[in-house]
Amino acid sequence: MLSALLIVIAAIFFTGIIIRTKSLASGRKGPQIMQPVLDVIRLFRKGVVYSETTSFIFQIAPTIYFASVVMAMLVVPFGQSSGVLSFNGDFIFFAYVLALGKFFSIIAAMDTGSSFEGMGASREALYSMFAEPAFFILMGSLALLSGHTSFQEIFTALHIGSQISYALAALATFVILMIAMIESSRMPIDDPKTHLELTMIHEVMILDNSGFDLGLILTTGYLKFAIYGALIVNLFIGVIPYQYAIPSFFAIQFLMAVTIGIIESFMARFRMSHNPQFIVALTSVSLLIFFGVLLILNKFM
Amino acid sequence: MNLVIAFLLVPFTGMLLIPFLKVNGKGILTFALLSVNALISGYLAIQSLIGDDIVFSFPGSLITGDIPIRIDALSGWFILIISLVFLTGCFYGLFYMKAYKEQKNNLSLHAIAFLFQYTSLVSICMIQNSFVFLLAWEVMALTSFLVIIFDHEHLATIKAGINYLIQAHFSIVFLMIGFIWVASKTGSYDFQSITTYSQSISGPASVMFFLFFFTGFALKAGFVPFHTWLPYAHPAAPSHVSGMMSGVIIKIGIFGIMRMLLVIKTDYVTVGYIILILSLVSGLYGVMLAIVQHNLKKLLAYHSIENIGIIGIGIGIGSIGLGTGNQVLATLGFAGALLHTLNHALFKSLLFYTAGNVYLATHTLDIEKLGGLIKKMPQTALLFLVAAIAISGIPPFNGFVSEFIIYSGVYNWLSDASLVSLLLAVSTTSGLAMIGGLAMLCFTKAFGVVFLGSARSELPASCSEVPFAQLIPLYILAGMIIAIGLFPMAFISLLSHPVSLFTGTSGFGLSPAQVTVFKAIQPVSWASWILILLVISIYTIRRFALSQRKITTGTTWGCGYEAGTPKIQYTAGSFVRSYSKLFSPFLQIGKHEDEVKGIFPPPAHYHTHPYDKVERWLIDEPLKHNKSFMGRFVFLHNGKLQFYILYGVIFILAVISIPFIYEKVYSFIELLKQL
Repeated sequence: MLSALLIVIAAIFFTGIIIRTKSLASGRKGPQIMQPVLDVIRLFRKGVVYSETTSFIFQIAPTIYFASVVMAMLVVPFGQSSGVLSFNGDFIFFAYVLALGKFFSIIAAMDTGSSFEGMGASREALYSMFAEPAFFILMGSLALLSGHTSFQEIFTALHIGSQISYALAALATFVILMIAMIESSRMPIDDPKTHLELTMIHEVMILDNSGFDLGLILTTGYLKFAIYGALIVNLFIGVIPYQYAIPSFFAIQFLMAVTIGIIESFMARFRMSHNPQFIVALTSVSLLIFFGVLLILNKFM
Repeated sequence: MNLVIAFLLVPFTGMLLIPFLKVNGKGILTFALLSVNALISGYLAIQSLIGDDIVFSFPGSLITGDIPIRIDALSGWFILIISLVFLTGCFYGLFYMKAYKEQKNNLSLHAIAFLFQYTSLVSICMIQNSFVFLLAWEVMALTSFLVIIFDHEHLATIKAGINYLIQAHFSIVFLMIGFIWVASKTGSYDFQSITTYSQSISGPASVMFFLFFFTGFALKAGFVPFHTWLPYAHPAAPSHVSGMMSGVIIKIGIFGIMRMLLVIKTDYVTVGYIILILSLVSGLYGVMLAIVQHNLKKLLAYHSIENIGIIGIGIGIGSIGLGTGNQVLATLGFAGALLHTLNHALFKSLLFYTAGNVYLATHTLDIEKLGGLIKKMPQTALLFLVAAIAISGIPPFNGFVSEFIIYSGVYNWLSDASLVSLLLAVSTTSGLAMIGGLAMLCFTKAFGVVFLGSARSELPASCSEVPFAQLIPLYILAGMIIAIGLFPMAFISLLSHPVSLFTGTSGFGLSPAQVTVFKAIQPVSWASWILILLVISIYTIRRFALSQRKITTGTTWGCGYEAGTPKIQYTAGSFVRSYSKLFSPFLQIGKHEDEVKGIFPPPAHYHTHPYDKVERWLIDEPLKHNKSFMGRFVFLHNGKLQFYILYGVIFILAVISIPFIYEKVYSFIELLKQL
């Protein structure tokens, strides 16, 4: 329960902090931290416009997309306190329930019959497919290292204290951060602020969404960030008591938001054709983690 | 025993009656007879599935010896799957075949072949005498051929049918070698003698022995590289038949492999590794090729290969669990494989039936020509969507449940110590993840292009939803898909006996290993429930919120361009273009392109023809060489009767004189030796 609450709180500020960081980096004052949330509230109050081409798929897709991410949030633990749902293999459920949301956002984009949105859908389907093996190898290595197969047990058992395991945690952080960037369609895979439909991935898929539906989709994006942030936090906090764990949760989330903001300010988006290479490279980083685990466990003897 | 005789008599009754009935009567009688048979076999199957094995023996002839009939839990499970798919398929076929009611004789043949196909399939699950088993297997292969070539006026259908027939007989050759091997060593056709024989050999010989059977059954199941018949046969057959081909016929190969794992005592670890690696390759290769297909049924056929791969992964890790004595791994592996067999039978037949609806309405299966069908056929679209989500292994439907069990098995396997199995386990998980991701790409393409957007070509004006009665079997299948997703426990408890056949814990009650499966899957069903409740509640909130807002409709955003035509939509080819560029080493796509040239360009064209690299190197190239070699003897085949009589005479002379010459040569060599 605690984790869900913390993730929601973090999600409220996360995107605002990214935007503020980017504004400061480019020498502007920038909107207030709460602006993204205010935007969503404004959208919830608005009417909607549907394209004539669309069907009921288009209307139900944002709901399912949102529900799937909320569902994924429910299995993420926080230190000693497990998620609302915690069971062996819950990380498999985590990945697959996110896939449900993606499935619907892709077909909703196809539903509009727009060539732009079809293009975005095609890219989203391809890139998320590449990101999945990295996640499964990462979780498999952590499961092997800790001897458990649920998020909470894996994370609480991770503290072995050798230098290699910290190196692994750093690599794992990198992998999860990059998966978060792919899943939330940020730099260097996708640029949410690009001005041209041809160069977008996620933004172009939701061109025709408006009002309440758009609000749901934006909220989902904020939540996704905080969920992956919470996974990273879990890599480090282990079983330390709450009075330290909760502040460090927010500290790490803040740090992550600032990092993303800085990356987006000083980096350009990759060429579309380079994205798959980058994402496949991610899989090799997680393979590196796997071999690191094998080293720790002396499996090469 | 009487029940079994009655069961065998039913199709003969059908054979006598069906030709004399009117068209409607033929269909109804077929369905009635099939229901009778399904009831009989279902009764036997359920008995065996709850633990009462049925064992008795027919007194056979001099050649066959006694014919033991043993219906154990494994047979029961497969008989139930076969019966379910055949019943729904037959009911669907009643309507699907209305378009062909002119061809009366053809329909009679089809109906009779259909009944015999069902009977032979169920018999294969029961018979444990290798001679009679092969007979039933042959009946199954021939009747399948007959039902596939229903539409035999098309050259492509006949070609696909003959391709299937040849490969089916390759499968029989391998099985025959295996069975003759045993019979020549033990002198008995009973499956039990296979067990006793396999215990007497060990090492590579024993693995080889298993591989003969495995290859035979894998040809039927469609493991890569034995799959090349499958993408032709499925699209060529009428839709209800393709649903059953994919749902059941290829599963009989899986049944054979599992039966042989039970019967043959061999080095399970090596065998498990082989099955696992082949399955991974099948899974990945199947879905990779599925993505680039433009024919809806061919796309689904390649997906069958992928799902056979997933089932095979379950069998592989189960077998490794058996070999290493890891009960939990064996349970998870076999339970996952068996459940996925059922699941695949459900969603794949549903997909083929919906594809059949699309074909009936639009008379085309080329997905590049379709689009926007969701508005004309909303129920078909919804059913296709359910099956598409299920086949991509996404919760809350059944595909996720079985894939989850297999994943749990693989992660459980990680506690195994050896480096090789760890590497294999990690490649299996990432392979499974890749398969899931690719399946999603494939089915978002299929659903998005066929049902969403607007039509990409002029569709017939009569294009509309099929009658409700035709949709009933489809709704039953969809209901089962959802039921397994939401109440997996009920179905997994049915699996406890089939699985314990492998793991060796017998009797009632659950073994500790099975308890782990239950514990693993229980929370997943809760999670699925929560997910559904969440979706419903959010949707209700949304409806409430929108009820007070203004809802308007407009054109799709086109960067301000308002006069878009359906032609500017993303096509299936463009949807997977970046994919096919990336995976080009594995694919073979022929292209025909007329570029846009000049100031006043003429019409331009762009066609792609996906082809199978394995088929090219394994079938086409050897065939070409074989043909060019055989071509040198064409002069013998000159069409003159006199020559043929001469060949006959030469043959007879040769047959008579060979022993004679042999004797002479032999005595000559003896003479030389004496010298």
